[in-house]
Amino acid sequence: MSIIILIAAVSILIAGGFLIAFLWGVKDGQFDDDFAPPNRILFDDTIKTKNQK
Amino acid sequence: MELQKFYYDNKIPKLFAIACIFWGVIGMLVGVLIAFQLAFPVLNFGIEYTTFGRVRPIHTNAVIFAFVGNGIFTGVYYSLPRLLKTPMWSNALSKIHFWGWQLIIVAAALSLAMGYTSGKEYAELEWPIDIAITLIWVAFGINIFGTILTRRERHLYVAIWFFIASWVTIAMLHIVNSFELPVSFMKSYSWYAGVQDALVQWWYGHNAVAFFLTTPYLGLMYYFLPKAAGRPVYSYKLSIVHFWSLIFLYIWAGPHHLLYTALPDWAQSLGTAFSIMLLLPSWGGMLNGLFTLRGAWDKVREDPVLKFFVVAVTCYGMATFEGPMLSLKNVNAISHYSDWTIAHVHIGALGWNGFLTFGMMYWLIPKLFDTKLYSKKLAATHFWIGTLGIILYAIPMYWAAFRSYFMLSAFTPEGQLQYQFIDVVQTVVPFYVLRALGGTLYLAGVLIMVYNLIKTAKQGSFVATEAAEAAPLTKQYVAPAKAHWHSFIERKPITLLVLSLIVVGIGGLVEMVPTFLIKSNIPTLSSVKPYTPLELQGRDIYISEGCYNCHSQMIRPFRYEVARYGDYSKAGEFVYDHPFQWGSKRTGPDLAREGGKYPDSWHFNHMIEPVSMSPGSIMPTYPWLYEKQIDIASTKSKIYAMRKLGVPYPKNYEAVANDDLKKQADGIVENLRKDKINIKSDKQIIALIAYLQRLGKDIKAEQSSSTKTQ
Repeated sequence: MSIIILIAAVSILIAGGFLIAFLWGVKDGQFDDDFAPPNRILFDDTIKTKNQK
Repeated sequence: MELQKFYYDNKIPKLFAIACIFWGVIGMLVGVLIAFQLAFPVLNFGIEYTTFGRVRPIHTNAVIFAFVGNGIFTGVYYSLPRLLKTPMWSNALSKIHFWGWQLIIVAAALSLAMGYTSGKEYAELEWPIDIAITLIWVAFGINIFGTILTRRERHLYVAIWFFIASWVTIAMLHIVNSFELPVSFMKSYSWYAGVQDALVQWWYGHNAVAFFLTTPYLGLMYYFLPKAAGRPVYSYKLSIVHFWSLIFLYIWAGPHHLLYTALPDWAQSLGTAFSIMLLLPSWGGMLNGLFTLRGAWDKVREDPVLKFFVVAVTCYGMATFEGPMLSLKNVNAISHYSDWTIAHVHIGALGWNGFLTFGMMYWLIPKLFDTKLYSKKLAATHFWIGTLGIILYAIPMYWAAFRSYFMLSAFTPEGQLQYQFIDVVQTVVPFYVLRALGGTLYLAGVLIMVYNLIKTAKQGSFVATEAAEAAPLTKQYVAPAKAHWHSFIERKPITLLVLSLIVVGIGGLVEMVPTFLIKSNIPTLSSVKPYTPLELQGRDIYISEGCYNCHSQMIRPFRYEVARYGDYSKAGEFVYDHPFQWGSKRTGPDLAREGGKYPDSWHFNHMIEPVSMSPGSIMPTYPWLYEKQIDIASTKSKIYAMRKLGVPYPKNYEAVANDDLKKQADGIVENLRKDKINIKSDKQIIALIAYLQRLGKDIKAEQSSSTKTQ
């Protein structure tokens, strides 16, 4: 029966680890480059002459 | 850096787009049919293939996996190469994926109509199709990750994370929930029984909503909404935060589908708590979508694409506000088994999934055909008709739900139930008519779109491939001195995959492992015995006809339910139920304690002419059950399979099972003869009567014996 408690505990520990890592990331200003990626998708990299093979 | 030239393929997105719209029309047409069937039972036509119990799963499977599924694939195969600046990894896999998925859809529709079903909602498809889905899904995954690994853009845009998380989680959900023991070709029994089956099923069911209807569509939103608006997403930071929190929270919420049932209390509370927390990341996504249009609302007035997106995202917000509210136990007491749930899912399905798909199509089809939309006016008409359709669909359902709740829970001053179940049915029927009209309106809008898009395609010329140029990734990536930690994950898709798996896996494990292993969660009742061979056959007919679509087998511990249906259900009653049949909607009354309530002849007459026994009933007729024979050749393998799953039939019982079956069938025939009904003992109706008369009997026997000993 103790295996359940163990699995639950380990799982919650890992989950908590994610949360802490995430909060640390936010606090540490890790998400600095939030400008380039959302803007980059707006530009097409296709060459203007279409329908060529 | 040298620029490399490559081509984006438009053929696969075009195929998926056509399939999406085609199956969408079919799925919605079927939806309109079943909506009218509930108001006018004559529309069941007395034919097995067109009867509600079989057709409703066709509707749900078609709109979820065919319409939305193909919608996801359209968006992924269009956006993923462009976001990563590379063609899809394998064109062959893309084709296998496309044709494989369409074949699965056809097989699903045919097999469901023929009554092949596993009896678990939204996972009804039988084991050979389940395996096919797994294979095609893996092909899709290889193609996604192959593309990611050969990309020319290091950063993984937020939409891609959503696609990855969706792929991983759906794979896991599908495999775990489809664990079943094949009995024959196209027949299997769920590996799990009763409470455990229920928990796995709703863990799957809820997360199918989460990771098939929500996260991939959020990915589409993050690509197509900024593209259509011509401006970047409002907050990229918010998109990262809400992505991680969303996938982390979603996986725990499943038990909110089982509030007040025989599921252990702690699991119910866990589901409720996480469902309420879900409000935050969900609204993060909605606000991020809507705020993207800040300063561009004038465009919304002009552009039909943005109109659809705005209502889609708003409906997402409404549905994800409603969801947590419905997870509160006191609200759920009203909504569960009622039409409220139906309204809730259709706000999501018609509003969020439907309108986002339509917006995407209005944007994408002109692009693919290098032209402008044929008619903005028609698109605007579609928009208004569709919006009206949603409103006309949802409001009658909410109204019906509240009316039926107040009627079902009403007691007279003398302490008797004030209304019969049939009174409630009669009250609700007019609302069913209105709902069906709402659905028809919505479908009419879709047909306008079909016309508009065909005209658009005809006036343009299809751009099969688009040439593009980009520099390859440098081999050794030198991390900038002050890189943020998250970018490390973004550059490593496999790491991301593994992390996502861990995140979603934790949720599943913590909830399921204890219920599986802690015996005390499922008190075994000594009086509960395995089904007899005839009852087992009858149960399979019950499943095959989709009775669970309208009848629950789970009495909640409320005074008005106990007074109406009998003692509330205990977990131990279901230990031999592979699969569980608790149901999720009571269009008809609960059947958990049906056994012994009426004589055999009542059931006999009721199944062929429900209104003769229950005037005003909207239940379909089942004439074929009186013609078709019980498949006694399958008894042996069924008993064998059940024993494999832990049902304690005696050793070698399968050899003599059919003798018992015939004995019991003869007994029922004898009973019917006393009521002047003559029928042969090998007809399916006999098995079904045996099963219905068994329901809830074991626990009644225990109660009467315990009162005797007192």
